[in-house]
Amino acid sequence: MPPDHQPSSTDLGGHAHDHSHDHSHDHSHGHDGPETPPDPHGRPLRIGIGGPVGSGKTALVAALCRLLAERVSMVVVTNDIFTTEDAEALRRMAVLADDRIVPVETGACPHTAIRDDISANLDALEQLEAAHPDVELSLLESGGDNLTAIFSRALVDQQIFVIDVAGGDKVPRKGGPGVTTADLLVINKTDLAPLVHADLGVMDRDARARRGTLPIAFTSLVEPEGATEVAEWVLARLGAWRLQQSPN
Amino acid sequence: MSLASLLVLADGRFPSGGHAHSGGAEPAVGVGDITDLASLRAFVHGRLQTTGLVDAAFAAAVCARCAPECGAVPWAAFECEYLARTGSPRLRLASRTLGRQLLRGGRRAFPSPRADEAVAALGTSIPQPIVMGIVAAAAGCSPAEAALCELHHLVGSLTSAGVRLLGVDPFEIAAFGAALAPELEQLATLASADPLADPADLPADVALLNDVLAEHHSTWEVRLFAS
Repeated sequence: MPPDHQPSSTDLGGHAHDHSHDHSHDHSHGHDGPETPPDPHGRPLRIGIGGPVGSGKTALVAALCRLLAERVSMVVVTNDIFTTEDAEALRRMAVLADDRIVPVETGACPHTAIRDDISANLDALEQLEAAHPDVELSLLESGGDNLTAIFSRALVDQQIFVIDVAGGDKVPRKGGPGVTTADLLVINKTDLAPLVHADLGVMDRDARARRGTLPIAFTSLVEPEGATEVAEWVLARLGAWRLQQSPN
Repeated sequence: MSLASLLVLADGRFPSGGHAHSGGAEPAVGVGDITDLASLRAFVHGRLQTTGLVDAAFAAAVCARCAPECGAVPWAAFECEYLARTGSPRLRLASRTLGRQLLRGGRRAFPSPRADEAVAALGTSIPQPIVMGIVAAAAGCSPAEAALCELHHLVGSLTSAGVRLLGVDPFEIAAFGAALAPELEQLATLASADPLADPADLPADVALLNDVLAEHHSTWEVRLFAS
């Protein structure tokens, strides 16, 4: 079930995306190119996907591309710590055209690149979005990190934090800004719960205690339709974003 | 005012994307040129006297030319002369990337008509030392201060990469940084000695091995830093 009540996916099919620029751009006068501060109007919705190493971020990105790419023009920026492996994996899976997937090297600190110094990621997003003017949705996958990671609001509009059952059912209770404040918390690998003696009820209760009314999705991304609930959430956010940009 | 502004620009936390780059330390670690604190120190000294001086001189010269009374800045000549001193295509790309990223944060913190002029002439992917000169001038810094800031960041990139890649003692690194102060000041003075010189006459002390290793580094399958 989609965790909120924004326009459903069926409302979005064939939606004419109005990018008319009837609002003033005077505030950016004298600036051009990618260094201009982000103007939320007339640009794609940016969603960050963060979470610990191995929790399923790349699998989620791949699944979202499979479920959405036919309906929504998308690009993906990946942040690998040591390699360009995630971008290459996505390209191998052919979920999007190669030129819609760009890796950013983030040095030794993946959380720095999404939170404290977002220069390289903002640069990559802007270049990718400029190269594909039809893009409506940009996904930014963080490098695998710890529970303190969170995306800067200057980099993404919405963020998904992915943890997994195999990491232990205590993780939601441990909290941290990702678990506590992400716009959507995904608890992945539910299929492994019996094998690792994880109690999904405990995870659900602790996550709700940390998050209040913010939504939570339990997923098993190895299932063919495992990301459907997350995809519906993304479509709902996209619908709200379009309304915000073109209220008429 | 300018000293406090200089501290903002010299802060390693200033958002300009530098944290993802090792300044050439990672390739040197990879081939065994840097293995411990002693070899890291030697590497830093070598780079300060070569590419460090060049980068500092370009930052100082651009900073000086950005003074309102100096008239038109020879942007294309600065870029051309800087690229002539940067043989490796990979390092040129890294410098342009770092310049573009510094320009974003720098223009936000210290807006200036000179930055707009530079973008109009060169686009946004401007080699980093040129951008440092523009931003330092906008921050009210002197050419020598712009040079010092550039040298400070070189030392920071190299030593921080050493800490991350080799686990060298961070207190030793701090002590090394403190001991470097006279050398940095002397180099900053040298780099800004003739700031209105023809860009072609600025220092050209390249470090060829650094260029070669940067090309190798770009082909590594597994690396921690972008350059």
